[in-house]
Amino acid sequence: MIPVLFFVIVITFVLMHLAPGGPWDREGKQLTPQVINNLNIKYGLDKPMPQQFLTYIWGVVHFDFGDSLRSPGQHVSQRVLESWPYTFTLGAVTFLLLVPLGIGLGVVAALRQNSVADYAALGLATAAASTPNFVIGIFLIIFLALGMNRLTGGTFYLPTGGMPQPFNPFQVELIMPVITLGALPTAYIARLTRSSTLDTLRQDFVRTAWAKGLKARLVVMRHVLKNSLIPVVTALGPTFVFLVTGSFIVETLFSIPGIGRSFVTSISGRDYTMILGTTILFAVLIAVVNLIVDVLYVFIDPRVRLSD
Amino acid sequence: MATAIGIVQQVDWDVPEQTGLWSDAWVRFRRNPLAVAGLAVIVVMIVLAIGARLPTNPGGLWHVLHLTGDPVQQEVTNTYSLPSLQHPLGTDVLGRDQLSRILYGASISLTIGIVVQFLILIIGGVIGMVAGYFGGWIDNLLMRFTDIMYAFPDLLLVLVFVAAFGPSFWSIFIALGLVYWVGLARLVRGQVLSIKEKEYVEAAIMTGTSPFKLIVKHLVPNSLGPVIVTLTFGIPAAIFTEAALSFLGIGIRPPEPSWGVMIEDGYAGIFADPRQVIFPGIAVALTMLSFTFVGDGLRDALDPRMRR
Repeated sequence: MIPVLFFVIVITFVLMHLAPGGPWDREGKQLTPQVINNLNIKYGLDKPMPQQFLTYIWGVVHFDFGDSLRSPGQHVSQRVLESWPYTFTLGAVTFLLLVPLGIGLGVVAALRQNSVADYAALGLATAAASTPNFVIGIFLIIFLALGMNRLTGGTFYLPTGGMPQPFNPFQVELIMPVITLGALPTAYIARLTRSSTLDTLRQDFVRTAWAKGLKARLVVMRHVLKNSLIPVVTALGPTFVFLVTGSFIVETLFSIPGIGRSFVTSISGRDYTMILGTTILFAVLIAVVNLIVDVLYVFIDPRVRLSD
Repeated sequence: MATAIGIVQQVDWDVPEQTGLWSDAWVRFRRNPLAVAGLAVIVVMIVLAIGARLPTNPGGLWHVLHLTGDPVQQEVTNTYSLPSLQHPLGTDVLGRDQLSRILYGASISLTIGIVVQFLILIIGGVIGMVAGYFGGWIDNLLMRFTDIMYAFPDLLLVLVFVAAFGPSFWSIFIALGLVYWVGLARLVRGQVLSIKEKEYVEAAIMTGTSPFKLIVKHLVPNSLGPVIVTLTFGIPAAIFTEAALSFLGIGIRPPEPSWGVMIEDGYAGIFADPRQVIFPGIAVALTMLSFTFVGDGLRDALDPRMRR
């Protein structure tokens, strides 16, 4: 994990310095060379690149991610902690709804293969997976916010005014962002669960379970689900990371001041320290979630324990 | 001795099974109505897109035939017009013909979606093939590099490339290729590793087949099925990314009418006329859906376990 993290930092560092432009570029009126020079000295950008890199790594080792270049006087960690809760709340709510919905749809579709329910679930999942999230979001705005509000008196807020504060996981304003963000991963989990359950249903031990007269509920719960959910759990890890690292599109569409938006803003503003800090957070998240999935594996799949 | 080797080689090269697989796959593909429908939509869309890019006229063949208007011609007195004979889908905020813009956008989306797959095939295919074929430290090195690229936020890479080369068709094209080869490299490596263990490969090595011939005659054809399926599913992903980047204003730039650009324009004027978003939104979703259906169909058709 540490070596991968190190190389992620190296590549990010090199790439962002290779990109043309710098943190002091301004639209319209440019800063004077004297000011830019002073800023470079203040933030250590006048030093040679290897020295800048070592200084940065030394800071990271001590959990000091430096100051944001675009928001003077604010630490990167402070800025990340400001924006990430919004993203995390939205992502976590979506995840908690997605898991039962995706798995439920997939299992039902598989148990009633080639039935109307199967085709409906599969069709819905395929349609959701192949509609870009910004299209889903805009269509929701058109049909719910613009269309329905006349009937419901403004349940679905229009994203032009910004997300109401404070941000809590139960507010109705989250309905549209959650659907927009969750459509694709829910469809993906449903499709995966369906195919994995179909595979398990054809196994010999399931036939044995039916043959010995076990109740349908027990066959499904004890034999089918336990086995078919193994690949699904593996996929849930990256899905969780995908959701809580935020989507620039969803956050822009619904005016949520989250980390996905701040990340893209930092990239286009060449806010070097913010870019690195956010990238490190994302890379650590991926590593930690993969670790959790590995640990979970031992519990749901005894074969892993045996082979170790 | 010489004749013996000659006979062995002759037997080795004569592989009637191969054509059997493809015609068999085609038979099974045709039995899947959704896949056939998807393929039909794609073929129609390709024809429409080629017609929209006729080099002699800015509006393309369809404008010459008076079926659509001109994608860049502005009629400032005729904005947001309703569908008419001249403008089958109406006009946009600047009075440009919507249908011809959507057809022009189809050419951008289809080109990016399909041609990027060749770039991904070259990068991912070569890296996966080399890693799987040579193994040892080369494999280790390449796979660690792949891990690092995987832990890296996709959007950062794309944004940096687009920033470095300027927002244009080609920078998006290269950025997508350089970001999305990782999955294919892993797939090809896995395929090569499993095929290398097969008896016919051992036989080929024993008869003194050169590494080049081994790769071209055995490893490539036998790993082709899953690769084709992955690349087919890569097409909607690439179309989505281009549309999303253009929607965010960092992809194709106006006045070139990419679908993402049109959705961005339409979203800006969503209160004036929601139709501006709905038509290009449906176009993106329909194209992605068609490629997904074709991918599903190919996956079932090329799966050797499903062979009769």
